[in-house]
Amino acid sequence: MKQDIILAGVGGQGILSIAFVIDNAALADGLQFKQAEVHGMAQRGGAVQSHLRISDGRIWSDLIPKGAADMILSVEPLEALRYFDYLKPDGIVVTSSAPYKNIPDYPDLDKILTAVRSAKRSVVVDSEKLAKEAGTSKAQNIVMLGAASPFLALREATLRSLVEELFKKRGPAMVEANLKAFELGRAAASI
Amino acid sequence: MARQVLLGDEAVALGAVHAGLSAAYSYPGTPASEIMEYLIGLAAKGGGFKAVWSVNEKVAYEEALGASFAGRRAMVSFKHVGLNVAADPFMNSAMTGANGGLVVVSADDPGMHSSQNEQDSRVYALVAQIPCFEPADQQECYDMTREAFDVSEKLGLPVLIRLVTRLSHSRSSVEIREPRPENDLRMGNSKDWTLLPANARRRFSLLLEQQAGMVRLSEESPANALSLGGGNRSLGVIAAGLAANYFREAAAAESAVPSFLKISTYPLPEKLIRRLVDHVDTVLILEDGYPLIEKEVQGMFGIPGKKIVGRLTGALPASGELSPDIVRKALGLAPLPSQGLSDIPLANRPPQLCVGCPHADTFKALNKARESRPGSTVFSDIGCYTLGALPPYNAIQSCVCMGASIGMARGASDVGVRPAVSVIGDSTFAHSGMTPLLGAAAADTDMTVIILDNATTAMTGGQPSYGVGAKLLRIVEGLGVAKDHLRTIEPLPRNHETNVRVIGEEMDHRGLSVIVAVRECIQESRKKRS
Repeated sequence: MKQDIILAGVGGQGILSIAFVIDNAALADGLQFKQAEVHGMAQRGGAVQSHLRISDGRIWSDLIPKGAADMILSVEPLEALRYFDYLKPDGIVVTSSAPYKNIPDYPDLDKILTAVRSAKRSVVVDSEKLAKEAGTSKAQNIVMLGAASPFLALREATLRSLVEELFKKRGPAMVEANLKAFELGRAAASI
Repeated sequence: MARQVLLGDEAVALGAVHAGLSAAYSYPGTPASEIMEYLIGLAAKGGGFKAVWSVNEKVAYEEALGASFAGRRAMVSFKHVGLNVAADPFMNSAMTGANGGLVVVSADDPGMHSSQNEQDSRVYALVAQIPCFEPADQQECYDMTREAFDVSEKLGLPVLIRLVTRLSHSRSSVEIREPRPENDLRMGNSKDWTLLPANARRRFSLLLEQQAGMVRLSEESPANALSLGGGNRSLGVIAAGLAANYFREAAAAESAVPSFLKISTYPLPEKLIRRLVDHVDTVLILEDGYPLIEKEVQGMFGIPGKKIVGRLTGALPASGELSPDIVRKALGLAPLPSQGLSDIPLANRPPQLCVGCPHADTFKALNKARESRPGSTVFSDIGCYTLGALPPYNAIQSCVCMGASIGMARGASDVGVRPAVSVIGDSTFAHSGMTPLLGAAAADTDMTVIILDNATTAMTGGQPSYGVGAKLLRIVEGLGVAKDHLRTIEPLPRNHETNVRVIGEEMDHRGLSVIVAVRECIQESRKKRS
């Protein structure tokens, strides 16, 4: 078993929280993982991505070769498109449809979503709406993790327990909202 | 054995602690900051060792050197350009040697993700003639840092660990071993540590005598692994650090794997290289950074009957970060099929100043003041405010290295640029801005220095800054800046008119002015509120 995932989004959207959950879920499920991330200058409202690889065997490279990713998991639709050259011919795109417009030349959203849906397999979820429904607009990342969860080689129960662990410092209300966000995302992906 | 999830940086930090670390020093800089962040976290949990953000890398190095002199194990870490700042004590520590184990960690940034150059720290180790370790994964970050302390104490020399961004900032699970205790205090020999010419000559001879032994250590190191394939004698590969992983990734799917030497320690393991070169016709050299191995193996005249290829011959790009894709191509493998980029133009999303950032208000006021003052030139520095170079501000004309803005503004002013303006942050000012201001104040140079005091080292994530607020004003005054031309502004939209006026007045003043723009970093004030 081997799964290569490109995580994408904009600095501040909580990409590294998604990575934390998947990394530790892989560890808990007895798998190897490597996860390369971007820090520093790139975080200030810029495009952020992380290469996340899980496997039951040895992982050599920290970076995923182009054409090797099984999944693009993005909290932002333009950012999902940016990495299509990493996606395997039968790879899946799981992305939010909610744009993060902090640049003047943001392309036409309909065109972006059409291009996303042109992937062999795609799941497009309105993470903004579902996060609000879950009780916190900050939980878009966890909505997207939920949406990706049916396609991850990790147990759902493990993922849920790590979402709990991630938010327990911020109190039971935050834990509950994020577990709900996970549920809503997962349900939206299954339709 | 216990396992822990660690970044490459964190694995280095934990390796040092488990090797019996007594003191660690650093100045923040991507991609090295997480080493000290992690050490400070461990120290706060009762680690028993000192973990300190220093004022700059030279100071950090000297602090570590003092701990080593006292017989304790010390580590100093910084980003690659930090080694330039610390180059003086670094070079001379190869002469004094290390008493307690001394490990220097320099994190390179091939591809310049957040740096002004992609210099290769291995070259520094070569120049200082000390051992250099280049771990290839998180486990080696941990293991080789522990080993670096052993080698440092065995040879009595500092050992450099070279990291690269992709390893510093990549996470994996690491197997950890039993920690060992710290060293006792045991002073260094003052004849070794006092580099008067007579002592220095003796020390340098000793360093030269040690070189052959260092090569032998590399030849025996388990981190350097040679595998000679029986069948394929046409191609052999030498790969250093992360490049070894890219090679193995690409080769794993192939039936005929080339002969292969992984290199993770320097000076180079000559015998291993000789065996590989003897075995094959063509040697492909894969290394992140400069073509250091390639140049050494090729020499000026090459090896008769053999072809050495790499960055210098165009088998790989001459600059930039290596990747699995680049290595695939160099091995002659086709790209993997993919879904391919769409034809929609992918607008770039560059980093930007945060919404509500005080620097934005300072740049707006500065730009307004400059409108009516043609010929004004703004020299800037290293920090978030370097983003003032980008639209919508387009506010600065230079950014070179820590503290350069003040010296450059003075030089430009000396030869006729007016108004000459320097823009520098509080932490950068403390790092390397005080000394040039001391000189400019003595000469009453006609220039305006704007110090952006946001009370933190913001760009690297909010590390402490030692000269802020009222103390910063006292420092500036103490350096000799006239009180009448030491002004403060509060960069807020509602103060725009006042700030434009103050900046304009000081740009018009024929002499040295310092304006301190005081408002806390928006990220830091948010952190405090939550």
